[in-house]
Amino acid sequence: MEGLTMIAMTSIIMAGLTTGFGTMGPALAEGRAVATALKSLAQQPDASPTITRTLFVGLAMIESTAIYCFVISMILIFANPFWNLAISHAAGK
Amino acid sequence: MNLSPDQTIYWQYKFLKLNATIVFTWALMLFLVIGSIAITSNISKDTKRSRWQGLLEIILTTILKQIEDVGLKHSKKYLSFLGTLFLFIAAASIGTLIPGFDPPTGSLSTTAALALCVFVAVPLFGIEEQGIGAYLKSYIKPTFIMLPFNIISELSRTLALAIRLFGNMMSGAMIVGILLSITPFLFPVVMTVLGLLTGMVQAYIFSILAAVYIAAATRVHKQKTAPQSEGPILNNQHS
Repeated sequence: MEGLTMIAMTSIIMAGLTTGFGTMGPALAEGRAVATALKSLAQQPDASPTITRTLFVGLAMIESTAIYCFVISMILIFANPFWNLAISHAAGK
Repeated sequence: MNLSPDQTIYWQYKFLKLNATIVFTWALMLFLVIGSIAITSNISKDTKRSRWQGLLEIILTTILKQIEDVGLKHSKKYLSFLGTLFLFIAAASIGTLIPGFDPPTGSLSTTAALALCVFVAVPLFGIEEQGIGAYLKSYIKPTFIMLPFNIISELSRTLALAIRLFGNMMSGAMIVGILLSITPFLFPVVMTVLGLLTGMVQAYIFSILAAVYIAAATRVHKQKTAPQSEGPILNNQHS
């Protein structure tokens, strides 16, 4: 049981840390992107369709790094491969 | 808690499994095909037309205009591929309004299949537009050293397409599920509305990115003659 507890503890802590640190960078980056887009929208309202489209595509790309971290922490919590391995190992003995 | 609709299995015969992803994909395909056939069966050319035909025309012209804005010349040629991608993903995310509907795009197998379609379609369109030699030459475009990096970027952007769509759709369902157990009444509704918006944006992003990749593959030596305003940002680097 010692190994199982260890795996559970590490997975939960690392899941929180992954999402916490992984969303920090994208949040800053998205803030910068939106601020720049707003500034250029204020300067050139005519170019708003192009700016909005590029902004959306860029935001989705920036956001995808945060989504990767989220997927990894979800896998750590709900579909942890090491957890299943350890359980089958313990059941086998 | 289920991570994806793959794990809900309705029917099983030996190794053949009929899970929720396949069932909802079929339901969605049926809905889209039958809806389109029903609308286009009595199509009219004069000024008096049904409201459903108007809806379909609005969707069609918007998709065509967006494809043209990305920089693809013959937008009608790519309409069937890109429009189908958009309509499928958008219908999957709108369908979450129906209770009991799991979006099939919340499963990694569906999104990987869609991303593989893009992965195959980009070289096909590129070869068709500029010939096999010129297309293969685009892999060693700046110098010969860039060949492995171009191939890696081709693979990694396919992976990114699949994971991005899967992560967004899965996280929407997951967040609502977690919130239902914490704050039952009002807050999950707000998050569901946000999930609808995210789903539409992701459908748009997926098809626009596919269009951008196709545009980059079919561009025939225009980098020096016609520099585009949004081209360099979108076409060079995206992991």
